[in-house]
Amino acid sequence: MNNVFVYCEIEDGLIGDVSLELLTKGRTLATQLSCQLEAVAIGHKLNGIEKVLFPYGVDVVHIADDPRLAPYTTLPHSAILIKLFQQEKPQIALMGATSVGRDLGPRVSSALHSGLTADCTALEIGSHEDKKADKVYENLLYQIRPAFGGNIVATIINPDCRPQMATVREGVMKKEPIDPAYKGKVNQLNVADYVSDTDFAVSVIERHVEASKINIKSAPIIVSGGYGMGSKDGFKLLFDLAAVLGGEVGASRAAVDAGFADHARQIGQTGVTVRPKLYIACGISGQIQHIAGMQESSIIIAINNDPAAPINSVADYVITGDVETVIPKLIKYYKKNSK
Amino acid sequence: MSLNILVLAKQVPDTRNVGKDAMTAEGTVNRAALPAIFNPEDLNALEQALRLKDKHPGSTVTVLTMGPFRAAEVIREALYRGADKGYVLSDRAFAGSDTLATSYALSCAIRNLPQLDVIVCGRQAIDGDTAQVGPQVAEKLGMAQITYAEEILSVEKGRIRVKRRIEKGIEVLEGKLPMLVTVNGSAPACRPRNARLLMKYKYARIPNELQAANEDYISLNNSREFLHIGEWNVNDIVCEPAELGLSGSPTKVKKVENVVFQAKESKTLTDNDTEIEALIQELISNHTIG
Ligand SMILES: Cc1cc2nc3c(=O)[nH]c(=O)nc-3n(C[C@H](O)[C@H](O)[C@H](O)COP(=O)(O)OP(=O)(O)OC[C@H]3O[C@@H](n4cnc5c(N)ncnc54)[C@H](O)[C@@H]3O)c2cc1C
Ligand SMILES: Nc1ncnc2c1ncn2[C@@H]1O[C@H](COP(=O)(O)O)[C@@H](O)[C@H]1O
Repeated sequence: MNNVFVYCEIEDGLIGDVSLELLTKGRTLATQLSCQLEAVAIGHKLNGIEKVLFPYGVDVVHIADDPRLAPYTTLPHSAILIKLFQQEKPQIALMGATSVGRDLGPRVSSALHSGLTADCTALEIGSHEDKKADKVYENLLYQIRPAFGGNIVATIINPDCRPQMATVREGVMKKEPIDPAYKGKVNQLNVADYVSDTDFAVSVIERHVEASKINIKSAPIIVSGGYGMGSKDGFKLLFDLAAVLGGEVGASRAAVDAGFADHARQIGQTGVTVRPKLYIACGISGQIQHIAGMQESSIIIAINNDPAAPINSVADYVITGDVETVIPKLIKYYKKNSK
Repeated sequence: MSLNILVLAKQVPDTRNVGKDAMTAEGTVNRAALPAIFNPEDLNALEQALRLKDKHPGSTVTVLTMGPFRAAEVIREALYRGADKGYVLSDRAFAGSDTLATSYALSCAIRNLPQLDVIVCGRQAIDGDTAQVGPQVAEKLGMAQITYAEEILSVEKGRIRVKRRIEKGIEVLEGKLPMLVTVNGSAPACRPRNARLLMKYKYARIPNELQAANEDYISLNNSREFLHIGEWNVNDIVCEPAELGLSGSPTKVKKVENVVFQAKESKTLTDNDTEIEALIQELISNHTIG
């Protein structure tokens, strides 16, 4: 009772990174609250899925396995969560801010009359004093998220309703198993107790889903380009630099919108969050929505012809110059000095 | 088959074009400095509704918005593009609503309307980016939902088929009517205002706006039914007052901060060869690259 729950997204029997990241966060929260961490896995052919989950410090895995539960559809997954949450009364429930989590979360929160905060960038435990009601709440979940197009950061709380629900984008939290030998329990759910035939009102007729070949999230080095790269052709320079350094190419939204780069490369508030060892920002002005997705990079180099570009304030090295001059030189001197 | 279609549209501050004066010194949002616009994805939603109407002659597209009286502007914009009727749900009792209280109020208002076949929403509103109101309205009305839609492919024999865009591809879903669909920004853009409809609906008003108008205007509006935009307040819907506004909102804003980034101490270089080579050597020697 009153534990921390994480809904696990499953595609082809694999648990989504966003869910493993949430389990890592969930573990920290559960430890702070001295409660258990529980995972919910809904899908088909989930045999042995608990082995993937336990190392993240999961104490209980609730499994609902039925051919009709994969791929994801709204009503059966929400019916299971709603009923399970009514029985187990979690204090916190987390899910990915993905097309699944953002379809499911609001449905569940509406049925349970619980608050839901979308797209959190940080989750913390804290207290709250309601001066009007002269009441102090301990151990609330602070749901921290950007608001108003990223121009402000708001801390949201749900003082009275449970579970406190939040969604988090992929890549925002770190994914870290805590113990390969961690032992939890499996609670196999009897699916018929949770869903009825009418829940299968929507069926999937066609599905074309491909794992993206672009994986900027785990690249140790990211060479990222903005609108200042000028064109799709201009981006070729970035691919050259990324190739010699052994990195991936990222992009700002302005560059993606202009068609210079693929959407899967977008970094920032509405793209992915990255924290590579080295981030080279080329022709990116550094609006907050972009910085929000890369500021935790270990080393940041900014190349911009504007000495006052906002990106410079978060950079370790600022190269004031034209990308077309600077990038070829980086390649040249890297080739000369490496090996 | 003619369809009864509802579009949920919101008037939002234009957060995409936030100027320097949009934030007050205290770090709160200066709403007055932001123009109010038709939420972008709600325009995509309206277009899907209008396309359904094109394919199914005799259908009606109704638009419902909850907000201050000036949100009637959203209804007019929809009428100019081909919607048939609009309602503004406005009351102080709704102030401070989070998405749950908003969807509760909207769902109560929707019960005032004749039986609907399809409700179309935007995926999300740019003032909150939550994408919650659509699914929550569906849940409150006991309807199924299809989110992230890019195209309503067909409505036939009481079933709707929708193509949706998800992170790694597309899905085509099919389900029984009634259905609530939320539409992505990647869906086709909304048609422009139609000149004829602009002339027709230019003077469409909610009663509250008419109070400030002159006599001629009022009599013109009174004589033409199609110029009446519906105006509902809390007394026009059947609801539980405790579920509205602040008291009906489980989420509370504890704190709001302006975004400030810790400026780092940075080394500044030029594009000079010597400086660039030195930088590369430094990165290699500290194992950042290489
Ligand atoms: C709700 C919301 C969400 C958003 N989400 C994201 C997001 O996830 N990711 C994101 O990136 N943005 C996001 N944005 C957009 C963001 O606000 C900026 O518009 C965007 O990041 C700007 O991209 P940019 O820096 O490439 O372009 P610009 O701002 O146009 O900057 C181009 C830069 O290139 C420099 N430059 C030009 N030519 C050269 C040259 N030859 N050599 C060197 N430098 C040159 C210029 O000095 C300038 O600094 C979001 C906005 C909103 C409202
Ligand atoms: N006040 C409102 N009035 C009408 N529709 C709304 C309102 N708020 C939200 N919606 C609808 O719900 C969608 C999602 O909104 P949100 O959950 O705020 O991101 C919007 O795109 C609208 O279609």
